[in-house]
Amino acid sequence: MATQHSRTAARLMLAPAVILLLGWMLVPLTMTLLFSFKQYLPMRGGDLGWVGFDNYIRFVGSSAFWPSVVTTLVIVGSVLVITIVLGVLLALLLDQPMWGQGVVRILVIAPFFVMPTVSALVWKNMFMDPVNGLFAHLWKFFGATPISWLSEASMTSIIMIVSWQWLPFATLILLTAIQSLDSEQLEAAEMDGAPPLSRFGHIILPHLGRAIAIVVLIQTIFLLGVFAEIFVTTQGSFGTRTLTYLIFQRVLESQNVGLGSAGGVYAIILANILAIFLMRIVGKNLDR
Amino acid sequence: MGRIVLEQVTKSFGEVTVIPPLDLTIEDGEFTVFVGPSGCGKSTLLRLIAGLEDVSSGRIAIDGTEATALSPSKRRLAMVFQSYALYPHMTVRKNIAFPLRMAGMDKAEQERRVTQAASVLNLTDYLERRPGQLSGGQRQRVAIGRAIVREPSAFLFDEPLSNLDAALRVGMRLEISELHKRLATTMIYVTHDQVEAMTMADKIVVLRAGHIEQVGSPLDLYHNPRNVFVAGFIGSPTMNLITGPEAAKHNARTIGVRPEHITVSATEGPWSGTVAVSEHLGSDTFFHVHGTGLADSITVRAGGEVGFRHGDRIHLTPRADVIHRFDDKGLRIA
Ligand SMILES: Nc1ncnc2c1ncn2[C@@H]1O[C@H](COP(=O)(O)OP(=O)(O)O)[C@@H](O)[C@H]1O
Ligand SMILES: [Mg+2]
Repeated sequence: MATQHSRTAARLMLAPAVILLLGWMLVPLTMTLLFSFKQYLPMRGGDLGWVGFDNYIRFVGSSAFWPSVVTTLVIVGSVLVITIVLGVLLALLLDQPMWGQGVVRILVIAPFFVMPTVSALVWKNMFMDPVNGLFAHLWKFFGATPISWLSEASMTSIIMIVSWQWLPFATLILLTAIQSLDSEQLEAAEMDGAPPLSRFGHIILPHLGRAIAIVVLIQTIFLLGVFAEIFVTTQGSFGTRTLTYLIFQRVLESQNVGLGSAGGVYAIILANILAIFLMRIVGKNLDR
Repeated sequence: MGRIVLEQVTKSFGEVTVIPPLDLTIEDGEFTVFVGPSGCGKSTLLRLIAGLEDVSSGRIAIDGTEATALSPSKRRLAMVFQSYALYPHMTVRKNIAFPLRMAGMDKAEQERRVTQAASVLNLTDYLERRPGQLSGGQRQRVAIGRAIVREPSAFLFDEPLSNLDAALRVGMRLEISELHKRLATTMIYVTHDQVEAMTMADKIVVLRAGHIEQVGSPLDLYHNPRNVFVAGFIGSPTMNLITGPEAAKHNARTIGVRPEHITVSATEGPWSGTVAVSEHLGSDTFFHVHGTGLADSITVRAGGEVGFRHGDRIHLTPRADVIHRFDDKGLRIA
């Protein structure tokens, strides 16, 4: 089948898709790079010409930069840990034969279908509201003073919301991985005298290694860009300003496109460093 | 050491009864083979003994102690699975040492036993490899190695050779038999292949739909099959089963004649037919004879030098002293 002729035809037919995707990616990237070397203030004089690396230096020099990187990493790291630990436990649970399995599985996956903005609003108003939220009622029921979540425990709140959103994804991937485990391996381990915890540690967890690596990789890429959840809840105050949010503020609130673009380039670099680092881990897992 | 007694054991999966009440005793040191067609409940029976399935009713005793409610790890049995069930992320060494590690044995003793098992099984050069880098036969040996290091009171094998090619199967069959001779430990071996059963077993248990059809030594089963099912299952090629007037002549509903108990001739014999297929194996020749009026096809074994061909007219004489007779219920008439 793979004659010279058919290969050329295949390339020709692929070309539109490849060109479209490349354009899709390259145009914004080039524009970001372009703007990052300019003083560009849309409301205050527009394009004020080239400024070299000024924007880059200013962005890093700002007192908000390093805290925002730390905030970003804390959110990404915490959400990863929470979703993977709970995801593994949930996957183990959902793998057990039980009544109403199909419905339960759909329910567990449901949060993934809720838009980030909507879920953040639901959490903010229905759970975390210090007066009317469910948590406030719960706290009062036990005689405690309700917490005003978004200001007193802002990071915890954001991490909770984002974890809730990504838990279904992790659970789903890990569940399929658990289901692909040969049950005879577990039975062999059982006969070899391994108690349940050892079976988990020696057989199930290593089997899940690959799936966990993939979850980490994919989630990291998406979590670096978390935005709606912060925009809807804390607006970046109370120490929840991530790199993405900082860029947003520079571009839209300060109307400084050049400075924001420089921040965007930093974000790309950060994402790539993380991606390379994570690919290494995944690669190691795929080796065997 | 490894005497296993089943008393009135049954197993049902929901509505379906896979094992109806069953009694069986496996003596210490015996090589017992469970044989029967696919789906007859051999694996289920083995898993009941292993403790991987719970009995629906009845009792299991191992070494004279009640084991019905014991967990698999407490029964001191080792199992070799059909899929080998090796741990893919561990090296061969770690795989073999796993049960010892779980038992909390000290490192030096673990090392000693693994080394010894590896040398017995020719795995010494492969100890640092992972199962994925081994051939089927080597994986099989690792699975056996993992079983023997524990020094269990009995070994359970579930169709261990069915994933191997024919030549390797014969080799591994010999190795397992040798291992049994050397260790003298009870072994229970499940197979659907009656050749494996005949060649390896001290005692064969023939199963059909969860029922024990007959228990006995290979030759006992060969010479005195208790019913038509065992007669047709044991022996290769299978016994010719003949019904109708020819059987009535022997006062039986069915008579059975083994292919090796029929002599062929070009000219004389009570039965006659035409050769449909002749299979020349060199040492033997098998003729499949049609048109005898006895059964659709009669199989005959003759010496390798006998040269009838397709379409030849052929006469058959059964050896009168080894005709098996069965009654209306399919049971043997003594
Ligand atoms: N976990 C199970 N649930 C329901 N039916 C089962 C289960 N395990 C085995 N069976 C049924 O029990 C019968 C015997 O199975 P098995 O012991 O595996 O047969 P064999 O090993 O002799 O081929 C089969 O009909 C099979 O469908
Ligand atoms: Mg089976």
